[in-house]
Amino acid sequence: MDSKVEPQRQVMRLRGRSYVAFVFSPFMPIMNWLEEIDATLAHSPGFFVGRPIVLDLSAVELSSRGIAHLISSLESRGIRVLGLEGVEASGLEADLPPVLSGGRGCLVEHVEPQKVEVQTPPPVSSLLLRNPVRSGQRIVFAEGDVTVLGSVGSGAEIVAGGSIHVYGALRGRAMAGINGNSAARIYCQKIEAELLAIDGYYQTAEDIGETLRRQPAQAWLDGELLRITPLN
Amino acid sequence: MAKVLVVTSGKGGVGKTTSTAALGAALAQQGQKVVVVDFDVGLRNLDLIMGAERRVVFDLINVAQGVAKLSQALIRDKRLESLWLLPASQTRDKDALTDEGVRDIIADLRTKFDWVICDSPAGIERGATLAMRYADEAVVVTNPEVSSVRDADRIIGMLDSKTVKAEKGEQLKKHVLITRYDTGRANRGEMLNIDDILEILAIPLLGIIPESQDVLKASNVGSPVTLNNAASMPAKAYMDAARRLSGETIAMVVPSEPRRGFMGRLLGRRAA
Repeated sequence: MDSKVEPQRQVMRLRGRSYVAFVFSPFMPIMNWLEEIDATLAHSPGFFVGRPIVLDLSAVELSSRGIAHLISSLESRGIRVLGLEGVEASGLEADLPPVLSGGRGCLVEHVEPQKVEVQTPPPVSSLLLRNPVRSGQRIVFAEGDVTVLGSVGSGAEIVAGGSIHVYGALRGRAMAGINGNSAARIYCQKIEAELLAIDGYYQTAEDIGETLRRQPAQAWLDGELLRITPLN
Repeated sequence: MAKVLVVTSGKGGVGKTTSTAALGAALAQQGQKVVVVDFDVGLRNLDLIMGAERRVVFDLINVAQGVAKLSQALIRDKRLESLWLLPASQTRDKDALTDEGVRDIIADLRTKFDWVICDSPAGIERGATLAMRYADEAVVVTNPEVSSVRDADRIIGMLDSKTVKAEKGEQLKKHVLITRYDTGRANRGEMLNIDDILEILAIPLLGIIPESQDVLKASNVGSPVTLNNAASMPAKAYMDAARRLSGETIAMVVPSEPRRGFMGRLLGRRAA
């Protein structure tokens, strides 16, 4: 039987794959460059361990022995050289790493610990004052309502983007709705105010009716008219 | 534990210095070791009210600047062993005071006395803010009329924001002392009454000092009113106020209108 047994040909499949490698570019004198490497290692020991490193020798002129010496001094620092770049392949000794070409620059990503997202509280829309507002004090809160648990002294001033609530006597000045909020109101338990204003429309103490004085009252805007009416 | 007390008001002429001297003397009379400190640099008065003006050699500024030692500047009262005065300088102004200088002096005085009473200048500027800066407690002096009450309100706001205690988020104890109170006039509506004042200022009442000739008489002879005439109405009111500062509970007496005799009633009011 004549049979020819074709030897089974194992097809070797070659695949290309690209990796990211660090490229070292030594400069002259080599000793100085090695010192820089040492300084980096002092900062973060083990930074290059296990990472592919390529030596770009285009900036230096080294003999084959010189390159071998350089590679061994890097190895003694725990840095293993994967390949060379920037030198002629001819004339290099065989036990040196292969010469690479066609490298492309890429961004080396630093993996940093993920920042914990800070939960920003929703913007505050009211301001609570637990103490009386004294003469000469000026409270400005354009973002919203102001509530005072106590009185507002004569000569004190409250300025609010929203409404103003005073759980006590209002003897100073109160200006509500300063950002054009005509729906803002001013409430107080005892009205002795020097000035009331809503969205720019104001009344001074003289305009406030004598019957209202010292009573619980609210001020609100009726069109272009500032009205002050008793509460309850 | 020493207490640093500031006597302040905002408005001038309401009786800060008189009250400082009277409260200081009253506390000393009650056995406490007291120093009264004049912060009114440039317009000092406390030395006169205390009757020590002829004995001033060194002052607050000298000590603050390291020219003199504290022990050299302190003047002991001739009548009361445990009462001392640290006078202000008359030739300098308030800019000569520094925050650090005041801090060091107050800290030093704390180690030597039971009470350090700081007599604040009027106003809300440097002198007044430095006088209150290191205080633990405050006596806010006011007269029963609107302008001094409003100024007192302003000062209370500053006590709550500009003192070291307030900046640390602690509560500074505040008391109101109403001086020159005339019950008759208050009843006739010519003065604010006690309730009005307390409602506006919203701090506890330390005492009510009646309007009295005795206060002026005592000032003129250079003596705190509690020493000059201990039986007088204002002296009694100051003694009670000092006891309240020490933590005693004493019923508040609203000074009553002095009774007029028959002739007094007949001739008391002059025709306008």
